[in-house]
Amino acid sequence: MDSFIVISLIKIVLVFAVLMTTLAYLQWVERKVIAHIQVRPGPYRVGPHGLLQPLADVIKLITKEDLLPHYVNRPLYVAAPFIAVTMSLLSISVIPFGPTIEVAGYKTSMQLTDLNIGVLFVLAVSSMGVYGIALAGWSSNNKYSLLGGLRSSAQMISYELPLSMAIASPLLISNTLSLRDLVGTQAGNLWHWNLFHGWQYVSFIVFLIAGFAETNRVPFDLPEAENELVAGFHTEYSSMKFASFFMAEYANMITVSCMAVVLFLGGWVAPWPAEYGSRFVPVIVFAAAGLIALYHGAHAARKRDMYSLPVVGVCFLITAAIFLLPMVQAWLLPLFWFLAKTGAILFAFIWVRGTLPRFRYDQLMGFAWKTLFPVAVANLLVTGLVVALVS
Amino acid sequence: MDVILFLIFAAIAVVAAINVVVQTHPISSAVSLIGVMGSLAVLYLLLGAEFIAAAQVIVYAGAVMVLFVFVIMLLNAGAEARVGRSFVASLLGAPVLIALLAVLAWVVERIYPRGTTVHFGGFTGGSAQAVGRALFTTYLLPFEITSILVLIAIIGAVVLARKEID
Repeated sequence: MDSFIVISLIKIVLVFAVLMTTLAYLQWVERKVIAHIQVRPGPYRVGPHGLLQPLADVIKLITKEDLLPHYVNRPLYVAAPFIAVTMSLLSISVIPFGPTIEVAGYKTSMQLTDLNIGVLFVLAVSSMGVYGIALAGWSSNNKYSLLGGLRSSAQMISYELPLSMAIASPLLISNTLSLRDLVGTQAGNLWHWNLFHGWQYVSFIVFLIAGFAETNRVPFDLPEAENELVAGFHTEYSSMKFASFFMAEYANMITVSCMAVVLFLGGWVAPWPAEYGSRFVPVIVFAAAGLIALYHGAHAARKRDMYSLPVVGVCFLITAAIFLLPMVQAWLLPLFWFLAKTGAILFAFIWVRGTLPRFRYDQLMGFAWKTLFPVAVANLLVTGLVVALVS
Repeated sequence: MDVILFLIFAAIAVVAAINVVVQTHPISSAVSLIGVMGSLAVLYLLLGAEFIAAAQVIVYAGAVMVLFVFVIMLLNAGAEARVGRSFVASLLGAPVLIALLAVLAWVVERIYPRGTTVHFGGFTGGSAQAVGRALFTTYLLPFEITSILVLIAIIGAVVLARKEID
């Protein structure tokens, strides 16, 4: 019992630290990717390639003056950012990152907790996250904030329906609500993933589109359309309260990506079995990155690259060597595949932001109710029929 | 542990429920109601009804209350003004309330015999599978009737919201 509590605490600290760092650096990745899509360098001043920019941003946000306008509804105005950030961080607690592993004699699963209603828990928590935004908009006592909050709550209620319908189809195939068991039913190779095995292409795409809308990302970021609503629901917020809304948005992005990976892409399962060489993929990827960095260090375009790039290259080569160690492979390989899949979907989030313009508000609601919802229901009916006929 | 959690969340539920009535602003009442729904979900969870707890949060605390908050925000309803209370209400209020609670306690005490206290974790039929099986076997008819009721409500809403075409 005691060891269970200690291990759980250690896992919570680890997951929380990694999640917070990812939140900060996701913003750096987003700015870099968007910048390269728009043919400009992006953050470049703080640290090499702007790598210390998130740290500078955090210091800036913490030390800024925290204004509390006199016309706001004080208790709700203060509570709203906390609700938003708490609800968005809660759902990471049921996401499984890897199989059950043994560390120093203790068996533990790479997951904070395995609920047998894990999928419903994520849905419940994300439906509570609406309040953060809606109450922020209302309590700010400002017409732009109010309209932003209203838009956001209407949008999230509407898109929650196709999202739930899209989630229901893979659940029918896997026949479980526990996220760990969901991954278990997709074990093996690529063809056992729900996306391919169950022909869930439609629900995968519906899930991603609805997920974009749930996280208020472009092209569905109507709640913060700056040309119409200044900054939407967080117009009146400053300092860490403002940052909380951003943290919530990025944490929601991570949750949606993790859920897509667990529901459709087989979680931590490698695309093909380790006997056929999938365990060498991370080694090859990191070694290739290291060699490329070393090559560019030897043919440096700028003087400082002569020192910085070889260091980066050696770091990559060391990482590649770590993946060859048999004792860490048991937990490092699943983690690699989980992070690779999640990262790919997060990249798609950023890619779409750099590509698509914003919807008009009536188009947004019409799309949810007249296109996405019927498609999701039809897909659920067909999947249910096939599952009933096959089983 | 279970008893402590039960006492905490039961207290939160009661306090929040009283707050729903006491608050003058509709948004504050709605937020208190969310608190009631959330605490009830925790109580269900303590009793072992996981699926009902999740459904409580998703449907009531999530969807229904978001609609409430949404409508209150859309109508921009202001705080209620306190009007002069009647003499009879202030005189009889407390005694009638106490009498009501006493009658309720007496009825509950008579209905449930002594010794049948609730055991936390003793109930195992709360999983999604168990609830689904019960819905589609034992309670199939009530379930279908409820579906038809919901359908009628949807049709009614569509008829009410329809624009008149001249």
